[in-house]
Amino acid sequence: MALPKYTELHYRIWHYTYLTICGFVFFFLIAPLFVIFPLSFNAEEFLVFSEGMKRLDPDAFSLRWYHDMVYGTKNPWGLAAKNSFIIAVFATIGSVILGTVAALGLSSRHMPFKGIIMATLISPMIVPLIISGVAIFFFIAKVGLAATHLGIIIAHIILGTPFVVITVTATLSGFDHSVTRAASSLGSDPVNTFMKITLPLILPGVISGALFAFVTSFDEVVVVLFLAGLDNTTIPIQMWTGLREQLSPTILAVATCLIVLSTLVLVTAELLRRRSERIRGINR
Amino acid sequence: MSSETQKILTTDGIPLEESLRKAEKKNKIKAFLLVAPLLLFIIITYIFPIGEMFTRSIDDRMVTNMLPKTFKAMETWDGKELPSEEVFAAFLTDYRALAEKKEHGKLGQRLNKEKNGFNTILKKLWRKMKKFEEGNAKGQIMAIHKRFRDVKYWQAIKRTAPPYTMSKYLKGMDMYYNEDGKVVQVEEDRRIHRILWLRTLEVAFFVTVFCFLMGYPIAHLLATLPMKYSNLLMICVLLPFWTSLLVRTASWMILLQQQGIVNDFFVWIGLVSDENRPEMMYNKTGTYVAMTQILLPFMVLPLYSVMKTISPSLMRAGKSLGGTPFITFWKVYFPLTIPGIGAGCLLVFILAIGYYITPALVGGASGTLISNQIAFHMKTTLDWSFASAMGLMLLTGVLVVYWIYNKLVGIDNIKLG
Repeated sequence: MALPKYTELHYRIWHYTYLTICGFVFFFLIAPLFVIFPLSFNAEEFLVFSEGMKRLDPDAFSLRWYHDMVYGTKNPWGLAAKNSFIIAVFATIGSVILGTVAALGLSSRHMPFKGIIMATLISPMIVPLIISGVAIFFFIAKVGLAATHLGIIIAHIILGTPFVVITVTATLSGFDHSVTRAASSLGSDPVNTFMKITLPLILPGVISGALFAFVTSFDEVVVVLFLAGLDNTTIPIQMWTGLREQLSPTILAVATCLIVLSTLVLVTAELLRRRSERIRGINR
Repeated sequence: MSSETQKILTTDGIPLEESLRKAEKKNKIKAFLLVAPLLLFIIITYIFPIGEMFTRSIDDRMVTNMLPKTFKAMETWDGKELPSEEVFAAFLTDYRALAEKKEHGKLGQRLNKEKNGFNTILKKLWRKMKKFEEGNAKGQIMAIHKRFRDVKYWQAIKRTAPPYTMSKYLKGMDMYYNEDGKVVQVEEDRRIHRILWLRTLEVAFFVTVFCFLMGYPIAHLLATLPMKYSNLLMICVLLPFWTSLLVRTASWMILLQQQGIVNDFFVWIGLVSDENRPEMMYNKTGTYVAMTQILLPFMVLPLYSVMKTISPSLMRAGKSLGGTPFITFWKVYFPLTIPGIGAGCLLVFILAIGYYITPALVGGASGTLISNQIAFHMKTTLDWSFASAMGLMLLTGVLVVYWIYNKLVGIDNIKLG
C-alpha cells in the first residue's frame, strides 16, 4: 500500500506504525506453528534448540522421533491414528448426509418455523463444548454406548452437523431453483434431479461442510475424554495425555504431521471456496 | 353474479385457491420431512439430554424414596416440637426395611450431609434396634442417643422430604442450606466456586479484548489490501484456524517454557538476566497469550467478511468532505464494522468461556476455569448432578450473553470465513 506523495508526515508515521503492528500480529499468529517443525527433528531428547541445531550441524538433526512415533514399543499413536480416522470418517459421512438433507429442507421457502428449527440444529455449535459433552455423555451412557466407537461417532455427528447445515444452506442461498424445476418439467424424478442437478452444483458447499465436520471430529478432545475407553483412544486424547504428563519430542513429530494435514485441509478448503463462489456467480 | 361463478377452477374442477393451498401444504410437509431426520436426531441425542441435566441437577428423590412412611407421618408434624410416636414408629419401619436391603449406610451418609453427626447415631440405631421391643418406638429410639432427643435432627430429616432440591445450584455459588433450612454462604476461605466463576469471566473478557485489539487492524489490512497480497496473508489466519488446538497449545508450551525461545529472546535483548528468567507458563500470562492466539482467527474472520463489504469510496467521500483520516475512520468506517465486531466478540467470548484444554495445560493451578471443575466432577468425583448444575449455570450465562448481543447488534448469520 503505497501512500500518495502529498501525505503529511504524521500520517505517514501512523501508517507505517499500523503496518508494523499488523506485521507483529501476523507473526504472533503463524510463528508458533513453525517452532514445532525444527524441534521435531531434534536428535536429542530436550525440547530446546541444541547448540548443534543452532550451528545447523547435520548430526544434530534426526528422524528418531518419527521412527519412535511409528515403531516405538507400546506406542499408542498407531492405534490412536487408526481410531481417529475411523471415527472421523464415519462421523463425517453421518454429518454430511443428515446435514445436507436438512439444509435442503431448510432452504425451501415453504419450510415452517424456520428460525427455531435452525436454532435447534446449530445449537451444538453455539453451546460451550463442555456442556455439550456432559449432555451427550448422559445420552451415550444411557443407551449403553460408552467406550465404543459408535458412541463417539454419534457424539461427533452431533457436533459436526451444524457446520454442514450452515455451509450447505449458504451454498443453497445463491441457488437458482429454476434449474430443478426445468429438470422436473423434463420428466426427472426428485431423486434423479437431486443427484444429477442439485448435488453437483452444491458440492463445494457440501465438501467444505464435510471438511469442517472432519476436522471437528479429528481435533475433538473435550467430549471424547468423557466417552472414550482404553480401546477408543484417539490422537487428541494421546496428545492431551502426553502434554499433561511429559512433553516428549514424539508429540512434536505427531504435531508436525498434524500441521501438514491441516495445510492440506486449508488448501482444499480454499480451492473449494473459490470454486463455490465462481459457481454461485459471486465475484469479489 | 354470485361469487361462486367468479372462482377460477382448475382442470379437475377444484377451485384454484384450494388447489394452491393443497400444493403449498404438500410442499411444507415435503420440506419438513427433509429436516425431520436431523431434527429428531438432535432432539433425542442432544436437547433431551440437556433437559435431563436439569432434572438430574435438582433431583433429590433418594431420601424421599427411602423413607416413604416417615414422610407420610411427618405431614401432620409442625416441625417445632419433637415428632409424635407415629413418626418414630414409621421411621423405625422404614429404617428396618432399608437395613434389610443393606441401604441404610447410604441414608446415613446423605443425612450426615444435612446435619453433622447423623451417621453415628444411625449406626447406633442399627446395632440396637434388633433388641427393640414391640411398641413405644419413640421412647426406645430416644434412649439410644441424646441427639435423637434433639428436634434439630428430625427437622433435618424433614428437610430432605421434597423430591427436588436447589442445593447443587447453591453449592455452585458457594452457598448452602444451614441447619435451619436458610440459605447461607460458606466460610470465606472455602469459597472456591465463586473464584472460578470470576476467573472464567475475567479470562473470557480479557481474551476477547486482546483478540479485538489485535484482530481489528489485521482484518482491516486484509480487507483493504489488493487480493494477491491479502490471499497470502490470509494463510496466516487460516492455517492456525485449521490446525489442531492441541498442536497450537503444544507449541506455546515449548515457546513459553523457562528455557524456551521467548525467554531466550528476552535474555538476548537484555530485558532479563539469564539467571532469573520469568515463569511465563503455568500462570495467567500463559493462559492469556495462548488463548488469544488460538481464538484470534475467530475474531478476524467475521470482521474481515464485514469489512470486505464496506465500499472504499465511503472513506474517500468522507475525506473529500473535509474529514481527517482519523475522523473519517471513526465516524464512517468504524460504525459500519460494528456487526462484525459484535459477531467476532460474541464468538470469541462464548468459545473462551467454555474453554478448558488450553488453560488446563498452560495455566497451572491458577489456570483452572469453571469448565475444568465441571469435567473434574464428571470424571473424578462422579458428582454428576453437581456437574449438571454448574453446566446449566454456565449455559444460562451464555444464553444471557446471546440475549444481550441480540438486543445490541441483532443475531446475524455466523459466518465461517
